[in-house]
Amino acid sequence: MRVLLVGNPNVGKSVIFSRLTGIQVVVSNYPGSTVEFKQGFFKIDQQKSEIVDVPGIYSLESTNEAEEVAVQMLEKGDVVICVIDATRLERGLPLVLQLLEKKKPMLVALNIYDEAIHRGVHLDLEALESILGVPVIPTVAVTGEGIKEMVSRIPQARVPEVPAGPAGERWQRIGEIVARVQSITHRHHSLRERLEDFSIHPVGGILLAGLVIAAAFVFVRTLSEGIITYGIEPLFEGVYKPVLLRLSDVLGEGSFWNEILIGKRIGGDIDFVQSFGLLSTGLFVPLGMVFPYILSFYVVLSLLEDSGYLPRLAVLLDGLMHRVGLHGYAMIPNILGIGCNVPGILATRILESRRERFIACTLISIGIPCAALHAMIFGLVGERGVRFVLIVYGTLFLVWVSLGLVLNALVKGFAPELFIEIPPYRRPLPAVVLKKLWMRMKGFFKEAVPIVLIGVFLVNLLHVAGVFDAVARVCAPVVSRLLGLPQEAVVALVIGFLRKDVAVGMLAPLNLTDKQMVVGCVVLAMFFPCVATFVVMLRELGWRDMLKSVAAMLVSSVLVGTGLNMLWR
Amino acid sequence: MWELMDLVQMRKGQTGVLDSVEGGKGMTWKMDALGIRPGSSVKKISSALGRGPVVLRVSGTDVALGFGMAKKIRVRVPGNGGNRP
Repeated sequence: MRVLLVGNPNVGKSVIFSRLTGIQVVVSNYPGSTVEFKQGFFKIDQQKSEIVDVPGIYSLESTNEAEEVAVQMLEKGDVVICVIDATRLERGLPLVLQLLEKKKPMLVALNIYDEAIHRGVHLDLEALESILGVPVIPTVAVTGEGIKEMVSRIPQARVPEVPAGPAGERWQRIGEIVARVQSITHRHHSLRERLEDFSIHPVGGILLAGLVIAAAFVFVRTLSEGIITYGIEPLFEGVYKPVLLRLSDVLGEGSFWNEILIGKRIGGDIDFVQSFGLLSTGLFVPLGMVFPYILSFYVVLSLLEDSGYLPRLAVLLDGLMHRVGLHGYAMIPNILGIGCNVPGILATRILESRRERFIACTLISIGIPCAALHAMIFGLVGERGVRFVLIVYGTLFLVWVSLGLVLNALVKGFAPELFIEIPPYRRPLPAVVLKKLWMRMKGFFKEAVPIVLIGVFLVNLLHVAGVFDAVARVCAPVVSRLLGLPQEAVVALVIGFLRKDVAVGMLAPLNLTDKQMVVGCVVLAMFFPCVATFVVMLRELGWRDMLKSVAAMLVSSVLVGTGLNMLWR
Repeated sequence: MWELMDLVQMRKGQTGVLDSVEGGKGMTWKMDALGIRPGSSVKKISSALGRGPVVLRVSGTDVALGFGMAKKIRVRVPGNGGNRP
């Protein structure tokens, strides 16, 4: 049997899915957090059944692509669980009635039921069940309440008799149903509502946004530096280094394996950034430099996602985003891109048109450095002075804006407008935040760390083989004349395709001037996406748009790098 | 008694009854599903500076609409009993 979870965006379908299947999925408090179908299995009366998490839809009659796919999916399901937000019965009923007309066995999950009670919304469940003719179960997916009952009632799902009426009558019917089953106890404006209104106030909201972003930045920086200073550095320097030194002595300086595993000893010592061995730099970059930033960033992102702040930021920044050919909601993929470009690119699916998705993907891959890159920039450029970090970020921000302006002017097509439902503020649940954090960290260790190791290994192998000198000589004119970087930096640019953090790490032993370091980081950030981002972008955009995007990357990075190099005296 | 205006002209905090929605089929369907359809009562929560979006409260939910869309939605707002200055 195949069960479908269908419902409006942001009613908690993915949370229910995750509860039933044990499959961990990223859930957030904004419409459109699920952009792909997810399938899993669960048990009804000891029987294995399939369940599909269908991305949120508002109606079955829409012309939007995502909704068409959802409607096609509906044909393939045996039972439909229509999930609606109990605090917004009126919003959920149109879809319920439309689904009933499809004559599929169905039941209704009234999710977020706890919040409805808390807000003084009383629902007569028995009346609703008899009106709709299908089982209605109150649920609180985030805590798991009601989920068992919902599963036990799946066999009772049935096709009710509903008079199929034109759209106009449907609205009347919804009004009647709401009037019969729902009563609301009047209450005064809560602090939360005041805060909700304030966050989208044209002046107050912008101030608050500035404050939120500054606080997020300070938090990420403080937490990661704290982890590095008090946790990681003592561990690597005090405990791990003596072991490595011993190993290096055993292997013998200059031997092949010493080069690969430990790397160069600098003044007899191991430098975790510069030595560049598999066990020294190969482990230190992902664990000692990048991991603390990834962890801290995702703590902040989870809080922003689950509180419901992101859609409000989208409203505030809508004006700015229109200048670059996007609308405010495109802010969300860009913010996700700060953690890792891959989920950022995937999230562009919440945008309506191909044009927007092309612009958003290109801007993310060029102008938004991922957390790994941030960590390396803070670490290696930051030690030379804060102003250099500011120059890197200032330049990237200017690139993001100006490239957006250019793309908006060049790419033909029409720019759709912002049109979103703003969810209420919710207190992020520690269990949900931690689970999401755990998933993302697991992803980092499983996917990023091995590639870093492969990268470092390759660098050493190619170095020993002397391939780099050949490549460097060929690319020398561009790199040294235009960008003002030493020939060896070419190698870092090439490795940037594998992992950006390794590439920045490769700049460290080159004895670069401050200017060269800044130019190197900016060009590395813009030049080309890492292989993971490249693959996802290609899949999302197709060859033609990907080629255009790559052209934009190459041209803009060389232009900006040259500009920085020439202007900086 | 009633003043007809678009959502951009409507003042923050004002309530009114939706009169007409202009737009493509896909758009009107989605608006319809979100409760933005002739006859529903709406309250304007805020508008951004310049050509920014308008936020509307309709059947208990806040919905943000781009400036261009807001321009195409007309509402009837009660005048203050003909006592206007």
